[in-house]
Amino acid sequence: MAKVKIKSTVAEQKKLAEGIYSMWLQAEEIAVQAKPGQFISVYSNDKSRVLPRPISICEIDREQGKLRIVYRVVGKGTEEFSKASSGDTFEILGPLGNGFPLEEAKGKRVLMVGGGIGVPPMLQTAKEAEAEAVIVSGYRNNDLFLKEELENAGSLYIATEDGSVGTKGNVLDAIRENGIQADVMFACGPTPMLRALKQYAEEKNMPCWISMEEKMACGIGACLACVCQSKNVDAHSHVHNKRICKDGPVFLSTEVEL
Amino acid sequence: MNTKVNLAGVELKNPVMTASGTFGSGAEYSEFVDLNQLGAVVTKGVANVPWPGNPTPRIAETYGGMLNAIGLQNPGIDVFCERDIPFLKKYDTKIIVNVCGKSTEDYCEVVERLADEPIDMLEINISCPNVKEGGIAFGQDPKAVEAITREVKKYAKQPVIMKLSPNVTDITVMAKAAEAGGADVLSLINTLTGMKIDINRRTFAIANKTGGMSGPCVKPVAVRMVYQVAQAVKVPIIGMGGISNAEDALEFILAGATAVSIGTANFTNPYATAETVRGMEEYMKKNNIEDIGSLIGAVR
Repeated sequence: MAKVKIKSTVAEQKKLAEGIYSMWLQAEEIAVQAKPGQFISVYSNDKSRVLPRPISICEIDREQGKLRIVYRVVGKGTEEFSKASSGDTFEILGPLGNGFPLEEAKGKRVLMVGGGIGVPPMLQTAKEAEAEAVIVSGYRNNDLFLKEELENAGSLYIATEDGSVGTKGNVLDAIRENGIQADVMFACGPTPMLRALKQYAEEKNMPCWISMEEKMACGIGACLACVCQSKNVDAHSHVHNKRICKDGPVFLSTEVEL
Repeated sequence: MNTKVNLAGVELKNPVMTASGTFGSGAEYSEFVDLNQLGAVVTKGVANVPWPGNPTPRIAETYGGMLNAIGLQNPGIDVFCERDIPFLKKYDTKIIVNVCGKSTEDYCEVVERLADEPIDMLEINISCPNVKEGGIAFGQDPKAVEAITREVKKYAKQPVIMKLSPNVTDITVMAKAAEAGGADVLSLINTLTGMKIDINRRTFAIANKTGGMSGPCVKPVAVRMVYQVAQAVKVPIIGMGGISNAEDALEFILAGATAVSIGTANFTNPYATAETVRGMEEYMKKNNIEDIGSLIGAVR
């Protein structure tokens, strides 16, 4: 099995919250080999946009050969995706990157933390981990997306910036308020959140894997656009840089500097 | 049907190569493209020691193209020789090593180190707009272009390609200077210096502030420059700048390029290089062209 670029048909598109969309894509060749925490690159049909958009995989339906992405509209590319409906097609490339290390979660109590548009990859991760999943999701307000699905996949705690649901504040506030204990942590979200969780986990000696993002071009490790700083000299780059698309997007928190 | 072309005595099975910096050393793209199908693989720039490159964000999309300021991150020549050359030697394609440096001595050190390596050509990057020292500083003054070409030639055992910058008043002046210095081949164009501002964050879209613009939007500029240089020098030219497919590649060849490189299009379509090879063959069949050589510089 290997990465492939295929023409994929939109099976379903739904608006989940303000600016947040869910799209199921028919993508047999990618779905059968995809793992939680990996991502796909979605190419625009407008040729003035030359770079694909990297979007994390939210759910995988291997039987029906479908992938679900849940994404935020942040620019013209994602705006184009949000206007597509069933039957429309996009070129997609995947599966890309390495997912969360589920073997590290097996039989353990796992804290799965998603912030904002970092929430979606936690769904498939929680569904597939043979572990006790404690999910903490951070949102801006009561426009909660994927809430029901996450509740079915584990015990869910919510933090909202405006305090309308759950803990008022961020995901770390929710972890502390609810006294959540765990053996390992998986996290995806904005860099300040990852930075705080990395510090929290390292203080508690809790192994923690974080999923990072950066502007990408190739998505396969060739162009060196999406690097992050590594603690040690990286085996591939021979400098303190790791490629998020290829070496990540999931890294052990102690491997990277934030 | 003959698709072979000759660059300073090096015979390529077809004129399609990769553009430095967009293709690594081929390993990542070998999952998509059979490297045996390519005329040559041009590697990402390599320096005498590892370079960390620029801070992120390093790229931004622009209309019909992109800006990049990677900053020539590379693992250094030792790792390159141990890891990347043996990888590329597994394939039946020519190996062209792009060389970068901060000083003339840096360039010469790498070129000397490569003298006994099983590679086919050297491409000297005197046109990177994204590093403070070296790079473009050598490529915007004809005296400097001639001098560095002459120095590099002293150490080089393989034919030398000088890669020219479009960020000059008259590229033919630089082309003639490189030719006078002993360049065997010229490649053009490197990226055009550009800038993008993020109006929401009210800052530069890339950390380096400026970046090199590439992609389909630069193609007409590149075709024009290849044409101008072809009229000005006798050495062969490798044309690049916004080539996405066979039609684009053929424009460059008709303008005077002997070979072509595909860069940014790899990001839009990882199969772009192999598809361009096939597309050129189809064009030749359809138009009863026996030898690709008959198309080089055919439009005057």
